[in-house]
Amino acid sequence: MQIDLLPRERSTATLNLLILLGSLLAGLLAISVVFALNGVNPALAIFSIFKGSFGSWYGIKETITKAIPLILIGSGLALAYKAKFWNIGAESQLLVGAIFSTWVGLNWGPHLPAIVLVPLMFLAAFIGGALWGMVPAVLKIRFGINEVISTLMLNYIAAEFVKFLVVGPWKGASKGGYPYTDDLPAAAILNQFPYSRISPVLLILAVTGALILGWLVYRSRFGYEIRVIGENTYAAKYSGINFFRTLVVLMAISGGMAGLAGAGELMSIHHYLSYPDSLSAGYGFTAIIVAWLARLNPAYTIVSGLFFAGIVVGGDAIQISMGMPAATVDIFNGMILVFLIMGDFFISHRVRIRLGRTVDA
Amino acid sequence: MPAKTPVNDTPVIEMRGITKRFLDNVANDQIDFTLRAGEICALLGENGAGKTTLMNILFGYYSFDEGSIAIRGEEVALASPKDAIANGIGMIHQHFTLVPTQTVLENIVIGTKDEKRFFLNLKGAHKKLLDIQEQFGLHVDPDARVWTLSIGQQQKVEILKALYRNSSVLIMDEPTAVLAPQETVDLFKTLRVLAEQGRSVIFISHKLHEVMEISDRVVVLRNGRVVNQKRTADTDVKELANMMVGREVLERIERKAVEPGEPVLEISDLTVLNDKGLEAVKKFSLTVRRGEILGIAGVSGNGQTELCEVLFGVRNVETGTVRIGGEPLRLGHPLSSVRSGLARIPEDRIYMGLLMDMTVEDNLQLENHWTERFAKNGLRRFDEIAANSQTLITDYSIKTDGKDAPAKSLSGGNLQKVILARELSSEPEVVLASQPTRGLDVGATEYIRQRMVEEKVRGAGVVLVSDDLDEVMGLSDRIIVMYEGEIMGEVVGSGADREQIGLWMTGVGS
Repeated sequence: MQIDLLPRERSTATLNLLILLGSLLAGLLAISVVFALNGVNPALAIFSIFKGSFGSWYGIKETITKAIPLILIGSGLALAYKAKFWNIGAESQLLVGAIFSTWVGLNWGPHLPAIVLVPLMFLAAFIGGALWGMVPAVLKIRFGINEVISTLMLNYIAAEFVKFLVVGPWKGASKGGYPYTDDLPAAAILNQFPYSRISPVLLILAVTGALILGWLVYRSRFGYEIRVIGENTYAAKYSGINFFRTLVVLMAISGGMAGLAGAGELMSIHHYLSYPDSLSAGYGFTAIIVAWLARLNPAYTIVSGLFFAGIVVGGDAIQISMGMPAATVDIFNGMILVFLIMGDFFISHRVRIRLGRTVDA
Repeated sequence: MPAKTPVNDTPVIEMRGITKRFLDNVANDQIDFTLRAGEICALLGENGAGKTTLMNILFGYYSFDEGSIAIRGEEVALASPKDAIANGIGMIHQHFTLVPTQTVLENIVIGTKDEKRFFLNLKGAHKKLLDIQEQFGLHVDPDARVWTLSIGQQQKVEILKALYRNSSVLIMDEPTAVLAPQETVDLFKTLRVLAEQGRSVIFISHKLHEVMEISDRVVVLRNGRVVNQKRTADTDVKELANMMVGREVLERIERKAVEPGEPVLEISDLTVLNDKGLEAVKKFSLTVRRGEILGIAGVSGNGQTELCEVLFGVRNVETGTVRIGGEPLRLGHPLSSVRSGLARIPEDRIYMGLLMDMTVEDNLQLENHWTERFAKNGLRRFDEIAANSQTLITDYSIKTDGKDAPAKSLSGGNLQKVILARELSSEPEVVLASQPTRGLDVGATEYIRQRMVEEKVRGAGVVLVSDDLDEVMGLSDRIIVMYEGEIMGEVVGSGADREQIGLWMTGVGS
């Protein structure tokens, strides 16, 4: 048997969609192997996951709750990836956003009405995430430091800094020694739909945010420049696109969106700053896959964000009902990402498999 | 050169009735092609005529829909380049496939059986390589790192690579497009040695003089069909050009006399370093006036590229100033070059000037997208943009499926037209065209040369940098010759003496 890899002569939208669905299917098949090895019927497990997330009102409400941060972060990441700026640091941009908005909430909150305080806290979160996101952009352009390394490492710095704050200077007087800050004032807490954890404000923020970013990429001058940079760096320089400004603004938006997600979690779910793991549940990493599944169109993260939120919620459900290990969801997500990226290969290449005699070169 | 009698009667390659379709598009239509041992066969045709498709089929890159291929009389299925190589076919692409940081020997051994062992058998390979070098007179230091070699030497490495794999047929895709004149002479010597030793060469080219000089036989393709084939000795340049484009080609573009106006491009005392930190342009001064074409001739690598890069805004200078339309140009700043009214037609179109995975429209927008006409308050004005794309596609007769087709679906000539449309539609003051027709077919070449003359008539100052001496002499009102970063000599275009220019190009002063 011989396998030949050849460049694809032409590709179509239908083909791209089929490859996307094929990649998802292959990912599910691979995950099935993991389930089977754990002695669980794979079909039942996958069915249970989606039943857990989309099969009940409770599941759907939880899925939307978790989709909100994924959409916020994922749309910002899609924007960065469009320029081939590999931001792996959304997790820390989220945390820094949460730190900034906590500070505003705790210090100014008691004296301000909700209508002023909530926007201020979101603004602070956006600025925090943006500043944290701009650091790797500046490092890359000025010193040529690889953004994958710098964004990844900044994750640890931010996480340790949050830990330092909650056990140290910001430790709440009212928390009986636990590593939490004091509760945010009531004006800072977002309303939720009855019998759910979905905040209408956050839902609107996430959906409009993703749509605006999608519009930005495809309709604005800035978006055009982002796409040119991602497509051909040299042509971008040659045509006079200002790299420094474009990439810094780009990362400010990308980090700012993650910062908003941090503030949202804080103001809707947690109500105080605590350990980084409990605040984020790895949204910054899951959102990488969300952006990828959306084919780097920020607007599509609304759909892919829901899909992955479903996996997170359903994964929690089968952890409990089937006794699967807690890492199941991570394996699930990881598998899907690997297969999605592999799928991209088939968009640019075709494979021919021939049975029979092998010709040796 | 005289045609040789074939060594052996069975053709080395016999392609019968090859048809290849890309969706609705027939790229090859019932093509018959034979090649004999020791023969140099030229494959001539415009871009998009189907030459490269046919050769990609022969090299196993593409499948075909109908037809058959026989090698030395035996029918074969070539499903991948691996099969083609196993059958003694080697292909040398326009863009080399060498690893720059590795040595010549390592590059040659890559992918052969010698390399598949855990420890490379470099000693044996070294000896085998030296034998091949001796046999064909192709001398390149096996231990030199590829990045230190000139383009001509790199091409030799590619040829050695094919010979090392025992190729009896060499497909060369526009091998002279990247070469300096002297390197072309060397290449032709090599090809003749190969043919004398019974190897066959398929030579894809647009350059008629080269085809006449090197080939034994010419096969002319047009619109995916073989329109004619002839022994080279029995034909001439005019006839070939006619067959190729199917109409009478203007051998020489009408120069059109225009009274030159005031100076529009003034370069003074420019000193520029190349990437290795050596002076590539030395104290260079030049004035170009409105309504004239100034040709810059010279062997490539004598500072022309660096000079162009400075004007394009992508290379910094040591000393010197440039003025366009009387205004000083801010150097090292691409956007300033654009705004100054300079049309930039770069040497390396795909690398510098195009976005291959984006649409034709996106490409037409590049470097104009920020203008008030196309973007207001940061928002793109899509009506205006679409109208502009349509107008340019029509005005510059760009052959495409529409403004939203990806640039990579266009042929080389049409890609160059996209750049011309983008650069010239703003009625620039100065047009700087670097190798504007390199690698293009006769039709596109003619079109682009015509446009250069039109720009001059309109009143722009045109600077034409080209390795193609015929082009420089045919179009320019004034010619300067660059040698080692300096102006070696200057002549009036109409009275230019070819021999004198040739001497200047090789550094012989008058």
